[in-house]
Amino acid sequence: MIAISPTAAAPTRYHNRRRRNGIVWVVVGMAVLVVFALVYLYPFVIQIASSFKTNPDATANPLSPVPHPVTVVNSFAKLFNGSTDFPLWTFNSLVVTLFVTGGRLFLDSLAGYALARLRFPGRGALFGGILAVMAMPGVVLMIPKFLVLNQLGIYDTYAAMILPLLADAGGVFIMKQFFETIPVSVEEAARIDGASTFQIYRSVVLPMARPALITLTILSFQGSWNEFTNMLVAVQSPNLYTLPRGLADLVSGSLGAGTQYPLKLAAALLATIPVAIVFIVFQRHFIRGANEGSTKG
Amino acid sequence: MASVSSPPVAGGAVIGGTAAANRPRRQRRRRGRYPGEALAGLLFTSPAILMLVLFLLVPILMALWVSLTKWTGQGSPFAAGVPFAGGGNYANLLTRPGLERSDFMTSIRNVLYYVVLVVPLQTGIALFLAMVLNQRRLKGKTFFRTAFYFPSVTSSVAISIVFLFMFTGGGAVNAVLRVFGIQGPSWFNDANGLVHLILGGLHIVDPDNPPGALVNHGLLGLSWWDWLSGPSVAMCAIIALVVWTTSGTFMLLFLAALQDLPADVEESSLLDGANRWQRLRYVTLPQLRPTMFLVITLGLIGSWQVFDQIFILSQGGPDKTTLSPAYLSYTTGFGDQNYPAGAAMSFVLFAIIVLMTAVQRWLLRDSDAARERKAQRALRRAQRKQEVSA
Repeated sequence: MIAISPTAAAPTRYHNRRRRNGIVWVVVGMAVLVVFALVYLYPFVIQIASSFKTNPDATANPLSPVPHPVTVVNSFAKLFNGSTDFPLWTFNSLVVTLFVTGGRLFLDSLAGYALARLRFPGRGALFGGILAVMAMPGVVLMIPKFLVLNQLGIYDTYAAMILPLLADAGGVFIMKQFFETIPVSVEEAARIDGASTFQIYRSVVLPMARPALITLTILSFQGSWNEFTNMLVAVQSPNLYTLPRGLADLVSGSLGAGTQYPLKLAAALLATIPVAIVFIVFQRHFIRGANEGSTKG
Repeated sequence: MASVSSPPVAGGAVIGGTAAANRPRRQRRRRGRYPGEALAGLLFTSPAILMLVLFLLVPILMALWVSLTKWTGQGSPFAAGVPFAGGGNYANLLTRPGLERSDFMTSIRNVLYYVVLVVPLQTGIALFLAMVLNQRRLKGKTFFRTAFYFPSVTSSVAISIVFLFMFTGGGAVNAVLRVFGIQGPSWFNDANGLVHLILGGLHIVDPDNPPGALVNHGLLGLSWWDWLSGPSVAMCAIIALVVWTTSGTFMLLFLAALQDLPADVEESSLLDGANRWQRLRYVTLPQLRPTMFLVITLGLIGSWQVFDQIFILSQGGPDKTTLSPAYLSYTTGFGDQNYPAGAAMSFVLFAIIVLMTAVQRWLLRDSDAARERKAQRALRRAQRKQEVSA
């Protein structure tokens, strides 16, 4: 091995150079990371600072991280005092997120379990279909979804906001992949004891699937909390707006006079906070989700 | 039915344990291994299937039908009185001269420039950040990874509002540019194309008085001068936003792939005296090919669909330079109540996305095969030479 390496003839000089090189690269690497971290995080600093600014201050000092003077009357107070429907949007977002996440957990784990463990006619074709559906570009479905919701007579209802989001091929895929990694022996034992398939799923399989269920919960939470296009085509009544739809409404000028950036930024900030908290607490599940979701390619 | 008995379905190997192996083969294949297994399988999957059929399959079929009619949005599109249009809606978009076609082609032009810039930029930045983060001796990696990934998990609408504020004429971006002595544009009001601006800046072409050869001739209802505009200044701001939000996700994919690379390959290349650049070019990048393929595919599929950001930031303006096919389809359907035309646009967009993915797949596979053929030819030549000399 030594014979191949041309530098092995002068090991100390080689190592010294490498060590010096290494330090230079670490410094360069750190500098790059810090600059990029500024680029990725400073917009959020601006957002937070501007939420506490007065309108003239926000316009005059857009870069400044310090509000001068600090005010909440201009933004946060207005969001809750009836000038906007912010509390209503939050409530609607909570309802949708709760039902979508619960529904997905149930449907995806049930179907994922069946696809991983049970033999039934059409299973292979079904799994192929699910893979194909996962590649379906979502935006293309906006008008089609509206047509179906309209035809079903549920346009402009909570059902229209929730049901289409339960079609979640990616979640079925994640659950199926997970169930295939857990050993089958426990289930066999339960079956010999006379448990039904649903009982096995309920009390043996689901408890073991906790990590995958957490990942799925987080992905569903984030997905439905942020969902915009489905809400755009599913409802039109302002009292059914969720947060993203409400924010879009604020931007498009429902506020009346002036740009009122502090108010808009404050609303966007509050809408971001729940996802931010979940993200920071469950970071590794997000990362697992991102990587698992990608294996579909 | 035939596909059920085919063994390659994953999980078969896991299930086919000792208990199942003792049973007669035919029964194991068709009916499941115990009474009611097939029924349970169907019952367990039916709710998820119902949702997928109801909100993915049926919508597509229904929209396909609507795109072939002149339905006005009143009553059911399946009612007897709805006039049939055949391929008329598609012809309006692709072959028949008129406003509909020139708008659609404008949106195609816009999104083409958008894709051409977004995909390489997000892939490049993601790969670069992953490589930097993958260095062994850096401190605070978790923090930086979180920082880069965080924009990806936030709501596209909320983050667009932040960018709307940052890219106003007197906003943060222009304040930063002013530090470097640059007078920033009024981003979302500037319809000038980047290529036009560059040509004008170099005094090759006067953008206010473009050459007649380019203005008077064109393709599909758009003059060559319009096709060659480049992304508008407003579109560049949207590109910046999208690259900023998506690169974090792709960075995670690259990072996972880098961490999975076998260490011995890297070590042996070190021993062989390969420098940093050679290791990157000949050792690391070739091993990242599958991830690269995945990232580019996901990037292409995602960027052709750009919608949310345009809805919030520019509504297709200024001067239609940020109109994307998805946004145009939405405004045509819901704004003008012209659902058939909007649905037809969706299907053309869908066809383009499928086509792009297929072309990309074919290009990458072809280059692989071509390289292999080349290597084999070289090998044969070398063998012949050896035979001759022997």
